[in-house]
Amino acid sequence: MDWTAYLPMLWQGATVTMTITLAAIVVGTLLAFFFGILRVEGGPVLSAMALCYTEVFRGTSLLVQLFWFYYALPLVGLSFDPITTGILVLAAHAGGYGAEIVRGALSSVSVQQLEAARALNFNRFQTLFRISLPQAVVEMMPAFGNLAIETLKLSSLVSLISIADLTFSAQSIRNITLDSTSIYSITLVCYFAMSLVLMIAIRVIEHFVRRGNVFPRLAHS
Amino acid sequence: MMYGYEWDTTTWITYTTSILPIILIGLTVTLQAAAAGFSIALVLGLVFALLRRSRIKVISWTTAFIVEFLRDTPLLVQLFFLYYVLPDFGVVLPAFLTGALALGLQYAAYTSEVYRGGIEAIHYGQWEASTALNLTRMQTYRDIIIPQAIPRIVPAMGNYLVAMIKETPVLSVVTVLEMMGLANMIGERTFEYLVPLTLVGLIFLVLTLICSAGLHRLQQVLPKAGISLR
Repeated sequence: MDWTAYLPMLWQGATVTMTITLAAIVVGTLLAFFFGILRVEGGPVLSAMALCYTEVFRGTSLLVQLFWFYYALPLVGLSFDPITTGILVLAAHAGGYGAEIVRGALSSVSVQQLEAARALNFNRFQTLFRISLPQAVVEMMPAFGNLAIETLKLSSLVSLISIADLTFSAQSIRNITLDSTSIYSITLVCYFAMSLVLMIAIRVIEHFVRRGNVFPRLAHS
Repeated sequence: MMYGYEWDTTTWITYTTSILPIILIGLTVTLQAAAAGFSIALVLGLVFALLRRSRIKVISWTTAFIVEFLRDTPLLVQLFFLYYVLPDFGVVLPAFLTGALALGLQYAAYTSEVYRGGIEAIHYGQWEASTALNLTRMQTYRDIIIPQAIPRIVPAMGNYLVAMIKETPVLSVVTVLEMMGLANMIGERTFEYLVPLTLVGLIFLVLTLICSAGLHRLQQVLPKAGISLR
């Protein structure tokens, strides 16, 4: 069998990988901001809860988390299809790391900025959304870029909970044709290409964030 | 029954205590795999870092490409590649070694960046002084640059070690019987996945917390000026 014959099936797998990765990045970013802000602004109880979340998802292995939720959620009556489980676990994992990034960036905003906000009689929400976050987001971008690539790579693990992503497709073609060398080479190149595209996308977003287009009025006012 | 230990699924407490010895056997395999993989990563990463600094453009560009490729592709696929492709070329390794090699290769790409950062952070005056003292490039690296780079790179290396420990469960897919693989097998036989998987998760959590604490301590006792290689 010619290696080009594998491409349609691998492409199908690649679309699943891209969908899962993008969904996990979006949900993970939301989780990261939610728990990262709680860590800094939440007060003792809420920030302790956020700390528990980050420690659990950063301190255990993603594969363990995937299997755990894959088997545990049905027991408490929540049965999702594997894809939803995969996306949620990947997102929670990325969110744990992302929350640390958000916390680090928020706490690196200089004290003078916060003092100035207080002098101008800003309340906590105004300080957070008009002063701290617009500056912190710029600091976060490189780290979030790495996290996005990491999420793409880790998304290959969802093939182990029977999701037909790129790795899964490669595995099933190999089991039929036994042509390991070309299949895995193509798969590696596919992942590399996706990483490069993701990297370029992140650069573009970073460019916009640096110009202040994400918080346009806020960053300049 | 596994490794001579019978499990008892009457309550979750008896289940946990009865499978704990099996999981601990898996833990030793996990730690061995991480140790082997990390040794490969430390050595290979330094090789990558030095090759990347080579003055011959072909060598430094090729190395840069290899490092980038290893960094941007998933460990799982690299593992499958090594596991299924190497035997086609007559290299038959046991699963454990293949796994350690895959871990080592992926993390060598990470550690090479750490080495590079550590080496580039050394003030260029050190290079000039070495030239003035008529040291060869080899001697400069061995006696001047690397000893001073070590305290700067240890924290980042430690983080990668912790990260690697957490990635070892991936090796279970190529039949390495580490913690996660054993927990899964116990689950398959008893149809009770939750207890073994939770146990493994907790052990990982404890392990990473201990490692982070140890790392913090190591950073404090490490001499800032540098560590002699001789």
